Amino acid sequence: MNGQRPLLPQDLSLPSRRLALAGSSLVLSAAAVALLGGRDALAAGTKISAASLESDLRILNTALGAEYEAVAAYQVGAESGLLVKDVLSVAVAFQGHHKEHAAAIAATVHKLGGQAVAAKTRYSFPVDKLKTQADVLRFAAGLERGAISAYLGAVPLFADKALAQVAASILGDEAMHWAVLRQVLGENPVPSAFMS
Amino acid sequence: MSTGWRAMLAWAIMAAPCAIAAAATSTVAKAADTAALQRGEQIYTRCAACHAIETNRTGPQHCGLFGRRAGSAPGFESYSRALRNSGIVWNARSLDLFLQAPMQVVPGTTMGYAGVKDAHERADLIAWVSLATRPGTTCHPSR
Repeated sequence: MNGQRPLLPQDLSLPSRRLALAGSSLVLSAAAVALLGGRDALAAGTKISAASLESDLRILNTALGAEYEAVAAYQVGAESGLLVKDVLSVAVAFQGHHKEHAAAIAATVHKLGGQAVAAKTRYSFPVDKLKTQADVLRFAAGLERGAISAYLGAVPLFADKALAQVAASILGDEAMHWAVLRQVLGENPVPSAFMS
Repeated sequence: MSTGWRAMLAWAIMAAPCAIAAAATSTVAKAADTAALQRGEQIYTRCAACHAIETNRTGPQHCGLFGRRAGSAPGFESYSRALRNSGIVWNARSLDLFLQAPMQVVPGTTMGYAGVKDAHERADLIAWVSLATRPGTTCHPSR
């Protein structure tokens, strides 16, 4: 470091630091992430074109759809009767994270003036292939693995860098889910130094 | 030994290394194909947040992808107008182009994904997808 503060969007620096430090840990709450997301675009309309904003909203809505689907998938796992108590509690906690992601993204879409997609009334999961706890965990791990790549692929596309930061924050959470699920499955929780 | 047999033997001696080499090449090629398909299957795990082979998810199912017009997967209603109107028919070439940078190739697509930038990775992915999405043989499309 050269002693200078890292460059943050001007209107993000203080509020985001306050929000980040508000809790006992440095984990951003869903509300904080929602506040973070879109602030750059809202405050600096001249920096981001309408086309870029529309593109950001599309990416957010796709992520929102996937988050809703993850919530539904964990619900299937939770109701399967295949998870032992401790594993069930972890699955429910992960589902809670996905609910928080969804709430944060939906709030951000609204904040940016967009229309947030709704959860589907019905999802199609391979329930016939879920016979054991390991099947459920492997299915969840597959979704989390995909989510990591999805967010990784979205981060560089956001015109609003604050949204990229939000996506990266969620990506980190998905990566932790994936690692924990792999650990429970007896697989190497962190099989590589890089993700793609 | 007749002249004919001598000629055949000579041919056999000369051809044997070629045959062995050809067999070895074929084995190597097969191993390379298998390795490429395994890599392709691994790369497909990146798609799993939104896609599956046999079910529509946040994104459309891939069963029957090859030869299908973009925006026409059975039972999938959430296509962007941009993709629906793109005129793309999915094949190895169009997939290679699209997967490189989806949002640049089809501006307005809901596939908010930077793309698979490595050409070898795309080739492996497309090779595996082409095999895994054959309706009635390797997959069954949902309606």
